[in-house]
Amino acid sequence: MTDASYQTAPLPGAPSDASGALLAADGTPLKQRLRQAMKVSRRRAFLLVAPLLVFILASFVVPIVALLLYQGAYNDTYEARMPASTALLQQWDGVSEPTEEMAAAMVADLAAARESKEIGKVASRVNQELSGTRSLMTKTARRAAKMEPPYLAALIDRDKDWADIETWGAMKLASTSLTPAFYANAIDMKYMPDGSFEDQEEQRQIYVSLFVRTLLVSGGVMIACIFLGFPVAYLIAHLPARKANLLIILVLLPFWTSLLVRTTAWIAMLQSQGVLNDMLVFLGVTSDDSRFSLIYNMTGTVVAMTHILLPFMILPIYSVMKAIPPSHVRAAKSLGATDWTAFWRVYFPATIPGIGAGGLLVFILAIGYYITPALVGGSDGQLISNAIAYHMQRSLNYSLAAALGGILLLGVLVLYWLYDRIVGIDNMKLG
Amino acid sequence: MSSLPPYASTGQKVWHYTFLVICALIFIFLITPILIIAPLSFNAEPYFSFTDGMLSFDSEAYSLRWYQDIAQNGMANPDQPTSWPLFWEWLWKGLSPFHTAPPSFYTDMWENAQWIRAMRNSFFIGFFATIIAVTLGTLAAIGLSRSEMPARGLIMSVLISPLIVPLVVTAAGMFYFYSNNFNPSSWLLGNEEADRWILAQTYLGVILAHAALGTPFVIITVTATLVGFDKSLVRAGASMGAGPAQTFWKIQMPLILPGVISGGLFAFITSFDEVVAVLFLAGPEHRTIPRQMYSGIREQISPTILAVATILVILSVILLATLELLRRRSERLRGMSPS
Amino acid sequence: MTRAILLAAASGIALTGAVYADAHSGKSITVVSWGGAYTKSQVEAYHKPWIEQTGNKIVSEDYNGGLAEIKAQVEAGNVTWDIVDVELSDAVRACDEGLAEELDMSALPDGADGTPAAEDFIAGTLDVPCAVPTIVWSTIFAYDKEKMEDGPTTMADFFDTEKFPGKRGLRKSPKANLEMALIADGVAADEVYDVLGTDEGVDRAFAKLDSIKDDVVWWEAGAQPPQLLADGEVAMTTAYNGRIFNAVAAEDKPFEIVWDGQIWDLDLWIIPKGAPNKEAAMDFLKFSTGTQALADQASWISYGPTRKSSSPLVGSYDGKPDLKMGPQMPTAPDNFKNALQNDFEFWADNQDELNERFNAWLAS
Repeated sequence: MTDASYQTAPLPGAPSDASGALLAADGTPLKQRLRQAMKVSRRRAFLLVAPLLVFILASFVVPIVALLLYQGAYNDTYEARMPASTALLQQWDGVSEPTEEMAAAMVADLAAARESKEIGKVASRVNQELSGTRSLMTKTARRAAKMEPPYLAALIDRDKDWADIETWGAMKLASTSLTPAFYANAIDMKYMPDGSFEDQEEQRQIYVSLFVRTLLVSGGVMIACIFLGFPVAYLIAHLPARKANLLIILVLLPFWTSLLVRTTAWIAMLQSQGVLNDMLVFLGVTSDDSRFSLIYNMTGTVVAMTHILLPFMILPIYSVMKAIPPSHVRAAKSLGATDWTAFWRVYFPATIPGIGAGGLLVFILAIGYYITPALVGGSDGQLISNAIAYHMQRSLNYSLAAALGGILLLGVLVLYWLYDRIVGIDNMKLG
Repeated sequence: MSSLPPYASTGQKVWHYTFLVICALIFIFLITPILIIAPLSFNAEPYFSFTDGMLSFDSEAYSLRWYQDIAQNGMANPDQPTSWPLFWEWLWKGLSPFHTAPPSFYTDMWENAQWIRAMRNSFFIGFFATIIAVTLGTLAAIGLSRSEMPARGLIMSVLISPLIVPLVVTAAGMFYFYSNNFNPSSWLLGNEEADRWILAQTYLGVILAHAALGTPFVIITVTATLVGFDKSLVRAGASMGAGPAQTFWKIQMPLILPGVISGGLFAFITSFDEVVAVLFLAGPEHRTIPRQMYSGIREQISPTILAVATILVILSVILLATLELLRRRSERLRGMSPS
Repeated sequence: MTRAILLAAASGIALTGAVYADAHSGKSITVVSWGGAYTKSQVEAYHKPWIEQTGNKIVSEDYNGGLAEIKAQVEAGNVTWDIVDVELSDAVRACDEGLAEELDMSALPDGADGTPAAEDFIAGTLDVPCAVPTIVWSTIFAYDKEKMEDGPTTMADFFDTEKFPGKRGLRKSPKANLEMALIADGVAADEVYDVLGTDEGVDRAFAKLDSIKDDVVWWEAGAQPPQLLADGEVAMTTAYNGRIFNAVAAEDKPFEIVWDGQIWDLDLWIIPKGAPNKEAAMDFLKFSTGTQALADQASWISYGPTRKSSSPLVGSYDGKPDLKMGPQMPTAPDNFKNALQNDFEFWADNQDELNERFNAWLAS
């Protein structure tokens, strides 16, 4: 209810103009005053939100967009340091023999880049397109200042790889600053010098299967959370308040415990000399020599992630169940339904919004998991986030990291949109 | 569910008890890992598993060495004398701006012990990130809960998005962006001479990142308390002559305070528990407790991590108790009985 | 409630002050290294004597290797590290990309026996203009001799799961694994990189790895292999030689190192471009790469000094006069017979491609 709604009923004896419209105390038409008042309060509300909005845009939205769109699709490492050869490479068709003019520009650029000590950056960039070109470039650059025409022959004399069209193709690809090459690489494709796309060599295809694995693990964790979360939520929702409160605290305790603590705890539980294996040996399920490998693989990742995300599933289902009137099930039973029918046909459908909300939230959070797979994932439990971190921190190929991140973010945003449509972000609750 | 009606059939009874057993197992799955680390952290051996001595309750098999290690790991000289007077002197002079603490076991520990430094960093970063998140988040939540707010849905989804976007993407973006120069005088005016303002590898960068990650929680909790907020109270205050500032502090704030505090706790724990942004944005000198645990698990694998984990579990129990008290207070204030 | 908040605020501010005060007292340099027993050996042999000699302070930081942090600091113009211990491939890359200061090698002190520095360092190790080498370390494989009496002796044995059944520990990275696979497959050490340079060679290495893939436990951090051996999780594992030595010397573990087919590499100091205390860092660098400091370090960890003049001064393990360090070094003649130097250039060129292939292979 807004301020305006109080004043819609005309008051007897209120001032009005010739046409009968109500006037405010200062003689302006009331409608106009109302509009002004609304404008002021709209502006006031916006001003309250503005500081945070500016902060989030500046420190969060802009950096991410800058990384993903700019760095993922635009990399001017080559162009900025090798201007002469860039111009010629861009005109070259990528198929015909390289010209003497191109070679001369290349030699001049290499000499200049070596002089400014930036040859390493350029060489790393070209090497991303074709393995082996890194040493080719640094090696050639060391001599470039002393090379004499004909330059093409001089280059080939330094290393026969310069006679290879493929080498020049890699240069052309690296010199294209605005390029789909990284996004193509992120989906196991190759952008070719002539502008076409090809499949990546089979032995190097890794990212699509990582994305698929991430989806499968997230889906598996979500399903595990639904199966484990539903009974617990049901139990809590149907207990008297005092007992329910205690159990909620038991659910919240893991929720409030550090992610690292819980990951550590699972290492202690699941490792081959760990608590669970000790118990299995003690119970005679397995022998001391053939303990199960439960951690540093996919099993460890799924178990630890399920544990960490389970509270996010229990809480929404619980709050939906709490709102289902018990009379519905009773009515079904009084009409002759069995326990199962009453549950399955009447009660369960009413809990679907809760399952949907929890499931989507768990799925969204699981898809971006990094720390847990990194610590307990071993070789086959790594997810796409780990590949992104690898390229950010180890191979220093920011552009590929950005492209992988862009695809991941796109997927998450679609799910977020779905979540907003189905659940509404206003209904997100904590604790 | 709590009890069976007297007329329940055998089948119903069997199902009832099976269900309870299933739930008990799920609770064991939830709680056991957290409880198991406490006894393991007293292990006298450098292992993550129970030794035979521990299982037969041999007091020799238990020790406090890993707790001692938290304090001493990284110290230049852990063999210095310790005593209460030395401790009090260090505490008094160390906290006072007019003195410098004399060299002692305690100054060495405070300055050099890795976990102590990580703890200081965690509290320092968490404190300021929470202040920023609570201030901006509370204001925004009040604005968002007004019906006049334009483009509410869109803005809300932007403000909540730090919760949803994968942390690796967030941290990578911030790392990339924060490594650039932020000085407006060189950005806008092209002043090359100006000092460079770089946020990557500084406390400020980590604080800003954590503040951004914490704000969604503040918005969610404060908005939730505002849903039950009766606006006629503000109007009543205003009609009695109170200005907007006065109505805010005297009427609105006390009522939404539980939401603000629990939002603040969420923001603090988010920062306190966050590793990915620290991994990307911070140098070794800004390491926080979770960051230290992360490299501890990857590299050293010593039970010190279990001791730290036990302390963190105790901390989260205290936090949980605080939140529970706040929730009860809030419901009392809003006229609902605690459920 | 209000009082609680005030208290919290007050303690927050107090902590802030304390953190700030620490960062600004006294002049000091920040030395960054790999942590654990390795950093300890540097603290004992380099840091403590240098502090005593100059009166300067050292802040010692641990990191996990790689150039990400240095690159971020240098490109941001916000360098806080003064001197960093890096692997050879990273030193070369840092130099090529302008991330490290070029060093004046003529300023390095002569050896204790009077040999000029340029000749005193092992041949070819002073070639990177930005980096000075400190130690030779090696990737070897080791086993528990209590569990295996007639243990393996050659690299081929490591890949022979019929003769020596049991799990194998390998680092989760193509580096060193591909070389070892080829050596085990009969390639001579000095031809390994020629073979790896061809597509067939890479296929051959992967095929050899494939033959033990189901038995492999992958490790990532240097502390893991001794742990894996001690827990009996693996029958033998690749490892850094210093880690295995420390488990034997400090914890009396019955581990045995097999030196056949060892792959040796260097650790070097670099000074990041724009380091805040460049002068003091250079002084520390000169001190720590002197004959005596390098020899002293060898009493703490079994990594070989890079100066020839240090070798005669290498004594015995700290606290164990009977445990002579000389024969424990990767560079000891007996250990060095079939050794391969890690080819940084090969890896700089091919690591992107081989990493992708390795990860794809792991996942398949």
